[in-house]
Amino acid sequence: MVRVEKDLQGETLELSFGPQHPATHGTLQIVMELDGEVVLNVEPHIGFLHTGFEKLAEHMSYNQFVTVTDRMNYLSPLSNNIGFSLAAEKLFRIEIPKRGQYIRVLMAELSRIGDHLVAVGTAAMDLGAMTVFLYGFREREKLYDLFEWATGARLTTSYTRVGGLMADLPDDFPDAVTKWVEQFPKTIDEIEKLLSHNRIFQDRTYDIGVISKEDVLKYSLTGPVARASGINYDLRKDMPYSSYEDFEFEVPIGENGDAYDRYLVRMEEMRQSVGIVKQVLANLPDGEVNIDPDSKITLPGKDEVYTTIEGLIHHFEVTMENKGILPPVAEVYMGTESPNGELGFYIVSNGEREPYRVRIRPPSFINYTIFKKLMKGAMFSDVVSNLGSLNIIAGELDR
Amino acid sequence: MSEFTEKIAAKFPDEILEGPEMESENAISVKSDKILAVLEYCRSDAGMKFEFLTDLTAVDFLEFDSPKRIAVIYILRNMENMQNLIVRAFLSDDEEIDTASEIWHSAEWLEREVWDLFGIKFKGHPNLKRILMPDDYEGHPLRKDYPLKGRGERDSFKIIQRDRERY
Repeated sequence: MVRVEKDLQGETLELSFGPQHPATHGTLQIVMELDGEVVLNVEPHIGFLHTGFEKLAEHMSYNQFVTVTDRMNYLSPLSNNIGFSLAAEKLFRIEIPKRGQYIRVLMAELSRIGDHLVAVGTAAMDLGAMTVFLYGFREREKLYDLFEWATGARLTTSYTRVGGLMADLPDDFPDAVTKWVEQFPKTIDEIEKLLSHNRIFQDRTYDIGVISKEDVLKYSLTGPVARASGINYDLRKDMPYSSYEDFEFEVPIGENGDAYDRYLVRMEEMRQSVGIVKQVLANLPDGEVNIDPDSKITLPGKDEVYTTIEGLIHHFEVTMENKGILPPVAEVYMGTESPNGELGFYIVSNGEREPYRVRIRPPSFINYTIFKKLMKGAMFSDVVSNLGSLNIIAGELDR
Repeated sequence: MSEFTEKIAAKFPDEILEGPEMESENAISVKSDKILAVLEYCRSDAGMKFEFLTDLTAVDFLEFDSPKRIAVIYILRNMENMQNLIVRAFLSDDEEIDTASEIWHSAEWLEREVWDLFGIKFKGHPNLKRILMPDDYEGHPLRKDYPLKGRGERDSFKIIQRDRERY
């Protein structure tokens, strides 16, 4: 048999991935230059979901903007609510009561679990493992039922307010969370059984998308992506907020910084979050969740508003324009550890009801900047491995 | 003034500006001419070690009593003692500022975003294109004189006329 050797080099193919593709998990486009199966260059295009949140913020009061933060990282809206409220509270120089802080920690950790379940599930689904996704979504569905019970909505939670929470937890809620959290680790075990020693999964994530420690600093990476590269950096430990210093938990650190380590870090973070949730439930203090309404920042209780004239006037004072306490002329930056990394809010206030400028530090946006470097010279099949392990959320990417 | 901002003021006495009056912690206002030298000093000096660029953004101080209109904001972090430092570099809306993307690669996209939304040009930037808004968009929406409503891309959509003669 005669084999015809033909020189096929020199011709490259331009391939557009997205904006409508199931593995992009949102509207983003990657234009790739391919030489056979080798990716020579990628050019990510973003902005398809840009809705001008930062411009909107300049025309809303602080409490109104909480509703907008729901739409940022739509896999963990509660974390966004909490991040923004903490930044606004830093601006107003207030601290909410312990019970409120503990409930925020509870909600933040539950939404971290929900976010990681989707991150791991969809990353595995893109690599061909459908079952993990279904197992993850089964538990996430139960979580969303809990969120709906406490906040009134599955996704658009808007649970926090400047100076506290929309409402205290329902009476039976802690018991329901206890019940859920007792049975949940079984799902983590199931997912690990399916993935951790799975030959196909390992082949497609081992040494794929390796990020070095230096690159973490160069590219300002945060969250599970940074920790998988061996950087011990978690704002819950390093700059504790909302009483995180009261809880004991470990920060999982990876060694190799590849896609597999990012998966492992996420799995371990879920276990740690389960531990934090249990500690919150065991130590949940009694008392108020909001700061004293006399501060004129939070609304008075509904029973007071409906039955007394003072309460009604008070309610008006807070909600009407040109009334209520105004923030000082100041700038603050507050970073929180959201499931994806550091979610920061930089607020400049000129002393009026609306913030002068709100800047959101989006972890997805900044983690995505390294994607171009990861893909240079990699194989075509690594695109979804890398994209899934970085966990890019388009709503937060484009804001 | 904190110990870190004092150090910067001692090192670059000619660069310091009186920023707009507002409360803040650990922030310093500088001129934009030598911003790279200031940032490099913050990053590499043994006493500073602010080697993590947490965020890069801008603020349009049009309604403030400010030395110049736009401030490019660098939020730096010391990874050992977990302190934040805010460096504000002031420039007028038609001036250019050096790119920090050589020092931190993450600045590349963040600066593209500042160019897109504020119209600040970064000298020496490898790929200064719009990132969030469409390429043919006019104006820079996060400027204070840009209205929230009433101007936008919808005008630039092609109006498709049905070809009457064909039907």
